Amino acid sequence: MGVKDYIRERFFPHLWCPGCGHGIVLNNLIRAVENLGLDKSEIVMVSGIGCSARICGYVDFHSLHTIHGRALAFATGIKISRPELNVIVAMGDGDAVAIGGNHFIHAARRNIDVTAIVMNNRIYGMTGGQFSPMSGYGIKASTAPYSNIDPAFDLAKLALGAGATFVARTTTYHVKQITDILEKAIPHKGFSVVEILTQCPTEFGRRNNMANPADMMEFFKNHTVPVGSKAKKKNPDLIERGIFVQKEMPEYCSEYDKIVEDAMKGQQS
Amino acid sequence: MNKKIKFAQGNEVCAEAALYAGLDFFAGYPITPSTEIAEHLSIMLPRKGGKFIQMEDEISSMCAIIGASLTGHKVMTATSGPGFSLKQEALGYAIMAEIPCVVVNVQRGGPSTGIPTHGSQGDINQARWGVHGDHSIIALTASNHQDVFLMTVEAFNLAETYRTPVILLLDEGVAHLRERFIVPEKGEIPLLTRLKTSVKEGVDYHPYLPREDGRLPMSDFGGTHRYNVTGLYHDMWGFPTTKPTIVHRLIHHLVHKIEHNVDRIARFKEYYMEDAECILISYGFSARAALHLVKNRRARGERLGLLELQTLWPFPSHVVREKCVDARYVVVVEMNMGQVLQSVKLSVEQPEKVFLANRIDGVAITPTNIKNILQVIRGKGV
Ligand code: SF4
Repeated sequence: MGVKDYIRERFFPHLWCPGCGHGIVLNNLIRAVENLGLDKSEIVMVSGIGCSARICGYVDFHSLHTIHGRALAFATGIKISRPELNVIVAMGDGDAVAIGGNHFIHAARRNIDVTAIVMNNRIYGMTGGQFSPMSGYGIKASTAPYSNIDPAFDLAKLALGAGATFVARTTTYHVKQITDILEKAIPHKGFSVVEILTQCPTEFGRRNNMANPADMMEFFKNHTVPVGSKAKKKNPDLIERGIFVQKEMPEYCSEYDKIVEDAMKGQQS
Repeated sequence: MNKKIKFAQGNEVCAEAALYAGLDFFAGYPITPSTEIAEHLSIMLPRKGGKFIQMEDEISSMCAIIGASLTGHKVMTATSGPGFSLKQEALGYAIMAEIPCVVVNVQRGGPSTGIPTHGSQGDINQARWGVHGDHSIIALTASNHQDVFLMTVEAFNLAETYRTPVILLLDEGVAHLRERFIVPEKGEIPLLTRLKTSVKEGVDYHPYLPREDGRLPMSDFGGTHRYNVTGLYHDMWGFPTTKPTIVHRLIHHLVHKIEHNVDRIARFKEYYMEDAECILISYGFSARAALHLVKNRRARGERLGLLELQTLWPFPSHVVREKCVDARYVVVVEMNMGQVLQSVKLSVEQPEKVFLANRIDGVAITPTNIKNILQVIRGKGV
C-alpha cells in the first residue's frame, strides 16, 4: 500500500503552515505502520489539542481528537478496555508535559502499552507562540517577549524517571530515524515515548531567528548527536537522539488480566 | 418466589445496580463520600471479567471512561463535589461527541472542599450547567435504596438510548445509609444496549449523521468502521468544521434529542396527591423527611401530598405544572438554597404560591423542620 492508503484524503488539505514539521511526522508514522504491516482497523490514534493534535484526523485509523492534555487518559481507557488494539497517542509539548504532565508520568509509571509521540516544537503554535515547558531558557515567545526564564524539561529523562520502558528521541531532519524508532516503539510491549523535535517556523522560528523552516532543520542537524557520542561529553548543549532505553517490564493490561484470573478463581472456590 | 433481600449501604447498592445494568468498565479516584462505589467495584468487576482502574485524578477518570465507552463498553465513574467540578470539561466532551456514560455525583456540602462528610443537595444546578456552552443533560436521583438500584439501571439505559452522559445525583445521606432492598431478578428491569450501525464493511458509515428519529447508530472503536471523534463542532464524518449551517444543526440536535423527550425521560413518584391542598416537592434524601411528614399529617387529616422527583434534568416542568394546578401551597423541600425551587417557580402557573423548606447546615432536614416551616407559610406561626 502507498501512503495514500493510510490517509483520509477527504479531510485534506491539512491545516498546518507551509514548512511545519508535523507533516514529516505524519509521513513517517504512516511508513512505520506500513512497514510493520499493521491493519488500519487495529490502530487507534488519540490526540489532545493543538496543531500536532490534528494529525489524528488525517490518518485512516480509529481516531479520537480529545481535550487539551488528556489524550493519554482517554487512551488508557481504550487500551484497558480493548488491549488487543494498538494505541498511538500524538501530543504537542505543552499538551504532553504542561497541562498533561500528570497523565504523562502516570501512564509511564503504569507501563501501559501505549505509544506516546511527543511532537516537540517548543512552543504553543495554535494559540500564537506562547512558551511551553519545553521552550527553554533564553527563548523568545509571545508571552516571553523579553526572554524566557523557565528552564525546560528533559523529556527523555522525565519519561525514564517516571517508568517508561521505551524512550527515544529524534528530529524531523532525521526522517529515516523517525521511522526506525517508531517501528520499534509501536510493537514495544509497555509505555513508549518517542520525542520528535519538529519545527514551527511560524511561531517559534519567526521569534528566534529561524523563520525559514530549513534553518530549523539545520539546527536539528547541527545540534543533535547520537546517544552516547563523545561529542556530547565535550559539548553538553548538544541534544542526544536515538533510543535511550528499551526494556521489558510487566505491562499494565497483562497485569490486570492476572487480577481478573485471580478474582474469577476466588469466586469459584 | 424467594426474593433476594440485602442490607447494604447506598453506595454499594449503586455499584451492584451498575453491574446489573451491564457495567464493565469503571475508572475513579478516591473522594468522600463516594469512595465505596469504587471500592466495591474494584472487588466485583474483575470477578465478571470487567475492568476497574484507579486513575491519577478525577479528570483522567472521566476521560478514561469515555475512551472505554468508545470501544463498546458500558462505563461509569463516581465522584463528589470537587471531583465533579474537575470532570466538567471531559463531561462536555462526552456531550459533544455523544458518548454514553454514567457519572455518579454523591453530593456533599460545598463550595470548595466544603463539608465532605455531610450531606447536601447543592450540585443540582451544576449538574445542569457545570459544562460550558449550550447543551442539555440528563440527571437522575433517588431517595431510598430500592430506587437507587432502579435509577442507576435507568441511568445506563438513558445514556445508551440518548448517547449522552447521564448524571446520577445521589447525596451523602442516601449513599451512607444502610437499609434493606430487594435485589431485582435478572430481567426484572429491562436493560437497553446502544444502537449499533447496520452499515456493512466497505460502505460509507457516517458516524454523526442522525437518523430521522434523531438517533445515531454507533460503531465500536476496533470494529470495521474507522472514523474520527472530536470535541470540536463536526460534520457527519466527525471531522471538525466551522460551517455555520452544520454548527447550527449540531447544537440543535444536541439540545433537542433530550429536551424533546422530557416526558419520556421524566421519572417521579406521587404520594397522597389526589386531593392535596399543600404539595411538597422533594427528591433524594430530603424526600424521606418529606414523606414521613406527609404520612404523619395525613393520619391527622391534613391534606398534604408529596411529589418526589427522580428526574431532575431535563426538568419535568409539565409534570410539576399539572400536578400542582389545584394546590394552595407548593413547598419545595431540599438541602440547598433553593435550586429546584427556581425550576418549580418557572413551571407552575402561580409562582407566588411556591415556597422553600430547606436546611443547609450539613444536617439532614427533619420532618419537624418541614412542619415548622409549613406553619409559617400558612401564617400559623411556629
Ligand atoms: S503554527 Fe507552527 S506548529 Fe502550528 S501548523 Fe504552523 S508551523 Fe506548524
